[in-house]
Amino acid sequence: MESRTISVEKKTAQVTVSGAEAVIRCLLEEGVETIYGYPGGAIMPIYDELYKYREQVHHVLTRHEQGATHAAQGYARVSGRVGVAMATSGPGATNLVTGIADAQMDSTPLVCITGQVGSHLLGSDAFQEIDIVGISTPVTKWNYQVTRASEIPAVLARAFYIARSGRPGPVLIDITKDAQFESLEYSYRKCMGIRSYTPAPEVNLLAVERAARMINSAKKPLIVFGQGVILGKAEKLLREVVELTGVPAAWTILGLSALPSDHPLNVGMVGMHGNYAPNMLTNECDVLIAIGMRFDDRVTGNLERYAKQAQVIHFEIDPAEINKNVPADIPVLGNVRQTLKLLKEFLVPNSHRNWRQQFEDLDQIERTKVISKDLDITRPALGMAEVITEVNRCSQGNAVIVSDVGQHQMVTCRYARFNQSRSNITSGGLGTMGFALPAAIGAKMGAPHREVVAVIGDGGYQMTIQELGTIFQTKVPVKIVILNNSFLGMVRQWQQMFFDQRYASTEMVNPDFVAIARGYHIKARQVNHRSELEDGVREMMESKEAYFLEVKVEQQENVFPMIQTGDSVSEIILE
Amino acid sequence: MEKKNFTVSIYTENNLGLLSRIAAIFLKRHINIESITASQSEVDQVMRFIIVVRVSPEQIRKIIGQLEKQIEVIRAFYHTDEDMIFQETALYKIRSSHFVEDLEIQNFIKESNARIVTVTSGFFVIEKTGRRHETESLYEKLKPYGLMQFVRSGTIAVTRNEMQISGMLEKFNSNPIS
Repeated sequence: MESRTISVEKKTAQVTVSGAEAVIRCLLEEGVETIYGYPGGAIMPIYDELYKYREQVHHVLTRHEQGATHAAQGYARVSGRVGVAMATSGPGATNLVTGIADAQMDSTPLVCITGQVGSHLLGSDAFQEIDIVGISTPVTKWNYQVTRASEIPAVLARAFYIARSGRPGPVLIDITKDAQFESLEYSYRKCMGIRSYTPAPEVNLLAVERAARMINSAKKPLIVFGQGVILGKAEKLLREVVELTGVPAAWTILGLSALPSDHPLNVGMVGMHGNYAPNMLTNECDVLIAIGMRFDDRVTGNLERYAKQAQVIHFEIDPAEINKNVPADIPVLGNVRQTLKLLKEFLVPNSHRNWRQQFEDLDQIERTKVISKDLDITRPALGMAEVITEVNRCSQGNAVIVSDVGQHQMVTCRYARFNQSRSNITSGGLGTMGFALPAAIGAKMGAPHREVVAVIGDGGYQMTIQELGTIFQTKVPVKIVILNNSFLGMVRQWQQMFFDQRYASTEMVNPDFVAIARGYHIKARQVNHRSELEDGVREMMESKEAYFLEVKVEQQENVFPMIQTGDSVSEIILE
Repeated sequence: MEKKNFTVSIYTENNLGLLSRIAAIFLKRHINIESITASQSEVDQVMRFIIVVRVSPEQIRKIIGQLEKQIEVIRAFYHTDEDMIFQETALYKIRSSHFVEDLEIQNFIKESNARIVTVTSGFFVIEKTGRRHETESLYEKLKPYGLMQFVRSGTIAVTRNEMQISGMLEKFNSNPIS
């Protein structure tokens, strides 16, 4: 493996250490300060070293290994650093898989380390033996099993390089117990390149120029940007491109917060529950400029009738995404930070006043038909959007909002206001219920000076509710808002619309959430009526400690607008 | 879009687990692998997988993208039958009694340019290397006599055009930290 990688010159003097200690030293070399994990038999030597190095590395004991991966994801997404999760062999390792798959779908840099039974036991169905390398293969960017201590420094250097470079993703390193005990001559060399791996394709300047010409001559251009802008640290460039060209810019769910919510050219979310204007006008624009996004089916609706009238320019780091779902007339490969910078030089100023007016006109329709209803304070029960709006009022757009999956997630993404990047943390591609509570823990640790508010439905909350124990133990001051409608709301909405209101297993009989939070000594309050909302949210936001707020909302509220399955984006319905 | 046979050539590092990573890409898309072989390539320490699949041209382009995305895949290519020179090898085991008693079998073997590789008192083993239709045709001819065993290798193939893998790897070695 050594001959196939490029490493920087020897940085550390050679010392004899155990494999387990080498792991910790490697983590320190990579600047890791926080690890999320759960100990067990096959990873005990590494935990023993964590005890010795406890002043240098903060290990957060989650209450379930899934929580460890989601916390590492929250940490990575908010900070841009590699998240690290650790677990023992067997069930410890399999419990990581959901979080790893989530990170793979959402391009989140993770390094997961699992213990494995001793190498002499491999294949013997030993206690807590599982083929985690086999299981995690389809959901990792790279994985590897270490059976000799001497491999550890080079393998971990590679793991971090792969996780963070190019299109980021999760890496799993499985280390047998004997390799943890074994001694090695340790020295660390950071990985800088792998011969079989090109993190970002070379930029083709001609493609950039062609793209610029097409944008300059467009009459109705529309930008749709995704998380690539955030991962490429290209937020400022995006803003400059948007302001220079006057092109309206819409976002995918993971692109949210890359451009401030109140920016005049921010025209909202595309996709199934996105805003009316950008969805309708996707099928009217003449040039569709996709930036760091992958045309997920939840974004495009029916592909046969998606932006067929438009020329498509696709800025993308991953060549496999070009022409995968939507054919690109001009593919522009490379890190968007590079390509947008080059693009900017060729662009001419414009304002697209008439075209922008079309967005405003449609926005007005959405305000009348959807938003005014979502925020109608004459309704008997509280609406989800009212709660998010109240959080906005207190946060002034400065908070990191972590959402789970379902109706509340769509409402949060539609209504939450952000004025800085890396503020919207949610499970996009995989749609993992249970993501938000542990991800919020990681987010708060990754951005300790920022307010972190988790907005979660009553269903998803109970999938990882045990992480309240992590909050209690670490005293991490996250704010938790449960939008409790006593239903698995999104499934119920589909049952109402497409299954003749047969509410099969979507009604939730819920426990006393406030009592549970208090059981963990977390300050808690319940809001039942609109009159208590303002005070409840204010008290939560002002709290210096963790705070749990349960808000009882309308039980059978539906999320609109909506593009129904099989429909085109321009067939989006408002009610 | 119409499906046809494509031969996928994948140059990879020689690493444990890569076969399962490659196979998983086909499995995820519900694509059956018609044949697969893996061996050392013309470059030291570099493996070459030859995989034959029956898919649409659009599918094969996407699969190549997914294959090349794998960290330890150096390059992946796809070719149609016209671009390749390919061969398969089949082994046929038949009872010695049939062979000795039936002159027709001997003629089949001669006509098809097959080769006898082993002779014992109990059985004969015949080897035939060629295109799929050739090994299949011999199979059809021998089948009525009761084949004791039959096995056919996956396709091995080389392209008509140059592959340029060595050059690519040299570029990496001579251009550290770009």
